Amino acid sequence: MNQWKNFTKGFIKENPVFVLLLGMCPTLGTTGTAINGLGMGLATTFVLVMSNLVVSLIKNMIPDKVRIPAFIVVIATFVTIVEMVMQAYLPSLFESLGLFIPLIVVNCIVLGRAEAFASKNNIKTSIIDGLGIGLGFAFALTILGSARELLGSGKLFNITIYSEDYGMLIFILAPGAFIALGYIIAVINRLNKKNA
Amino acid sequence: MEYIIIIISAILVNNIVLNQFLGVCPFLGVSKKIETAIGMTGAVAFVMVLASIVTFLIQHYVLNPFGIEYLQTISFILVIASLVQLVEIVLKKVSPALYQALGVFLPLITTNCAILGVAILVIQKEFNLMEGVVYAVANAIGFGLALIIFAGLREHTDLQNVPKGLKGVPIALISAGILAMAFMGFSGIV
Repeated sequence: MNQWKNFTKGFIKENPVFVLLLGMCPTLGTTGTAINGLGMGLATTFVLVMSNLVVSLIKNMIPDKVRIPAFIVVIATFVTIVEMVMQAYLPSLFESLGLFIPLIVVNCIVLGRAEAFASKNNIKTSIIDGLGIGLGFAFALTILGSARELLGSGKLFNITIYSEDYGMLIFILAPGAFIALGYIIAVINRLNKKNA
Repeated sequence: MEYIIIIISAILVNNIVLNQFLGVCPFLGVSKKIETAIGMTGAVAFVMVLASIVTFLIQHYVLNPFGIEYLQTISFILVIASLVQLVEIVLKKVSPALYQALGVFLPLITTNCAILGVAILVIQKEFNLMEGVVYAVANAIGFGLALIIFAGLREHTDLQNVPKGLKGVPIALISAGILAMAFMGFSGIV
């Protein structure tokens, strides 16, 4: 597979959220605004790239039987780094993402890529794969976050587009997350079917 | 009284799946049939309560005294992963019938964010051990309630004439949204 294809597959064709339906918890939980979605997406991208890198480096050293716990320790290490850096430099984002930062550990996308891709491929391909899937995830979260923020409060990245009085508050609250994601996936399904 | 408030708020007002978005993966994954939903609920309840107790003890007797709270994420996830393995081995020996019922779901639980989420929330909310256990049990019930209602809904929508583009996951997500809206009616009770 050429590297460019490897990089771009995460955006539409194998988008982790819209097509593979992985990592639903942070997708729904952190997309109240576009900024939060983007922040969560980038944090996950960092963890994904770093863990892919390390897993691909140590893939020949770990015995097959304990590979999953070993991967989890690697992932948890980078999640802790993200947690501490974010708390120090972006305290307000850390506050609003809250519980979902430590929960990157149990994001099935990260473990899934480590197991399915990085443990079988060389370092360069693994990094590109991590970057592609991670940015695809960030892209999906930003789209969902923008849709919810715009419909709910009339803002986009905190810039007012129309008056908040016309916003549908439900889209910022919990039910709106499910409904908005449902409609976005329906649209993506339709587009994918047309292309095929 | 405190316990009642914890229970009602965890089950109805701040439902773990529909309001806090923890455990959405199994919520969407194993909710096609009511039976599998019940099996998953049993496994989650079992591990969630055990994990909350063990992680509580680790936090207060290992991490805090040594001042290494930043190892929370790593140690908790390792504890949960090994706990799941342990439960699986013990169940296989002690109660084959229960193992038959829960067995398939146990390996899936390690990456269920509801378990780790509740373990961390118990620490964040500064509960004592008893409150933590009550909170874990209530959250397990809340998870089960949402999962079983949702499985019932999905069994019905499968038989309905859904617009073509919305078939499958999209309609499931939208019905979850409407279910979440129904649960919003409980806000303000506590």
